[in-house]
Amino acid sequence: MMRYLIPLVAFIVLAAFLLVGLTLNPRQVPSPLIDKPAPIFQLNHLHEPDRLMASNDNLGKVWLLNVWASWCVACRDEHPLLVQLANSGIVPIYGLNYKDERNTALQWLKRYGDPYTISIVDTDGRVGIDYGVYGVPETYVIDKKGIIRHKQIGPVTVDALQKTIIPLIIELQKQV
Amino acid sequence: MFKNNYLYRFVVSRQSNGIKGLFLILFLFLVTPSVGWSKEAIPVAEDPIIEKRMLALTMDLRCLVCQNESIADSRADFSNDIRREIREQIKANKTDQEIVQFLVDRYGDFVLYNPPMKPTTILLWFGPVILFLIGLGSLIVYLRRRRVQIEDVSLSQVQLERAEALLNENKKGKNV
Repeated sequence: MMRYLIPLVAFIVLAAFLLVGLTLNPRQVPSPLIDKPAPIFQLNHLHEPDRLMASNDNLGKVWLLNVWASWCVACRDEHPLLVQLANSGIVPIYGLNYKDERNTALQWLKRYGDPYTISIVDTDGRVGIDYGVYGVPETYVIDKKGIIRHKQIGPVTVDALQKTIIPLIIELQKQV
Repeated sequence: MFKNNYLYRFVVSRQSNGIKGLFLILFLFLVTPSVGWSKEAIPVAEDPIIEKRMLALTMDLRCLVCQNESIADSRADFSNDIRREIREQIKANKTDQEIVQFLVDRYGDFVLYNPPMKPTTILLWFGPVILFLIGLGSLIVYLRRRRVQIEDVSLSQVQLERAEALLNENKKGKNV
């Protein structure tokens, strides 16, 4: 009896591991930057290229940093949601225009709406490397002390907003 | 593609050899520029020593966008950026360890093809050894049991006599 039972149990265990493996997303690489200070940057505005924005300007408020580009198709999917979120006034969204061209980026914002309090430009992707960006879009929730609290990899979804991002923002806004 | 096919058929269908030749030349003009006009090769770094070190480092780093490739192999934009970053850091006299740490800080252990020894990776490091030991153990147990099974079975005197009687009976039967 044991003779047949052992391979069967071994098979079931193996199958269970493989089944769980199927539900995991290999593209979802957990960021080591969660709960660490957001990398400091100083970048030019997209609309007024001679103005600079420093990440430290945002100390004292909860904000979102959304990494986007006009060449990014998934950004178009999440964009209406970002516009809605910006209109709701829950949280300011800052756009990091990643490895893009200025004119196409401006056109893109005109066409799909501009949810960003300020858009800043990372033409050569250096700030992107500091933030561990490996795909666009990515969205970071940064708290009042300038610490990264959450990273949304891939487009923001209604589900992610309702279940994770908005509750987290409200929670963080309560903190001093 | 359609254009070329059309032209090709047109050229082939003509009766006159002169026109055929003319069209063939035109056709070749249409086809060949795609090779001649392809992008210029991007210059490999000025300094072969830096390039060698960069390559050695990136062989063991995972490209996060194109997950089953190393950064050394990958042509993805992400890998280009990382290679540029590594070249710059080598020029800035950073050690290999510092450079790898820089990337791990931003992208996590996942960028490494050689995972560090940690409580969470113990199973990864020693799992194969454990599986091998289990296999070896079962093999030894199996071989021992088999030795018992194939050992000569000794017969008692009574059994031997009976067997002989049976054999003799058989012989008698055949003779008749």
